[in-house]
Amino acid sequence: MSTFYGVELDSRLMLGTARFPSPAVLQSAVAASKASVVTVSLRRESAAERSGQGFWSIVRQLGVRVLPNTAGCRTVKEAVTTAHMAREIFATAWIKLEVIGEEDTLAPDVFGLVEAARILSNEGFEVFPYTTEDLVVADKLLASGCRVLMPWGAPIGSGRGLNNVFGLRALRAHFPEVPLVVDAGIGLPSHAAQAMELGFDAVLINTAVSQADDPTQMAAAFAMAVAAGRLAYLSGPMEPRDMARPSTPVVGTAFRS
Amino acid sequence: MRIIVNGAARDVSALADLTTALAELGFGEAVVATALNGEFVPLTARSSTTLAAGDQLEVLAPMQGG
Repeated sequence: MSTFYGVELDSRLMLGTARFPSPAVLQSAVAASKASVVTVSLRRESAAERSGQGFWSIVRQLGVRVLPNTAGCRTVKEAVTTAHMAREIFATAWIKLEVIGEEDTLAPDVFGLVEAARILSNEGFEVFPYTTEDLVVADKLLASGCRVLMPWGAPIGSGRGLNNVFGLRALRAHFPEVPLVVDAGIGLPSHAAQAMELGFDAVLINTAVSQADDPTQMAAAFAMAVAAGRLAYLSGPMEPRDMARPSTPVVGTAFRS
Repeated sequence: MRIIVNGAARDVSALADLTTALAELGFGEAVVATALNGEFVPLTARSSTTLAAGDQLEVLAPMQGG
């Protein structure tokens, strides 16, 4: 059981809803992932196509909590305005706050992020900031009112896994009581398991599932990896060593004088 | 009068309020959120928000996201 802003969730896997081949595959992948949170976004609606209306109908049928994002926002004002619009449509104070600062890596503009987080927290939003593993930024986000942090593993959609394991370990150690979710860059179940083994509270997956040849099967694989990683963390992993140590007892070895 | 809706020029009745304009634009009962000239306009304020020629209106709806 993980808790975010007082809400207990059964699953430690959050799933994005983007880039699935069809609504039916999205629905089956969400079920297979056992996710209790899915991320959603807002985009310009066409009066003729009304695609957003159909999507929203599908999401409501999933029976999971939604975490709206401010994806694509590049300024504090864009992010804050989008958050207001999201709160009205999705009827939740939760907002995954993204303020993008750089196009090639989609790295967060952490200065804008902190400012937007402060504004939104003061307005009653429960902010999930998409951030880096930087400890100072994390400190400032918490001081701005955030009670959850979402550090990236690697650039969004890159599937590179955990680029800076040291930084993520330091973040976990420095903020032992803060719910931490590894957000972007996870490409394989083993990456998710690694994040969970490090003690992160949850992971957010999207492209790794939606762009798999079989998204539903991959969602199931991620669910198992997240559960395994969490169980391993709770089990107290051994410390790595530089040199070998025989696992079979040496005492009584034959042919030794 | 002409306003900009989601980046494209559209015509709505002169002095229309936002609720009326949305209906004219075909959004009717659609689940959308609105921003006028970069400022969020809540559902409760649409009827009391009057549009002017050249206004920039954003009409957003739920969409897939990561």
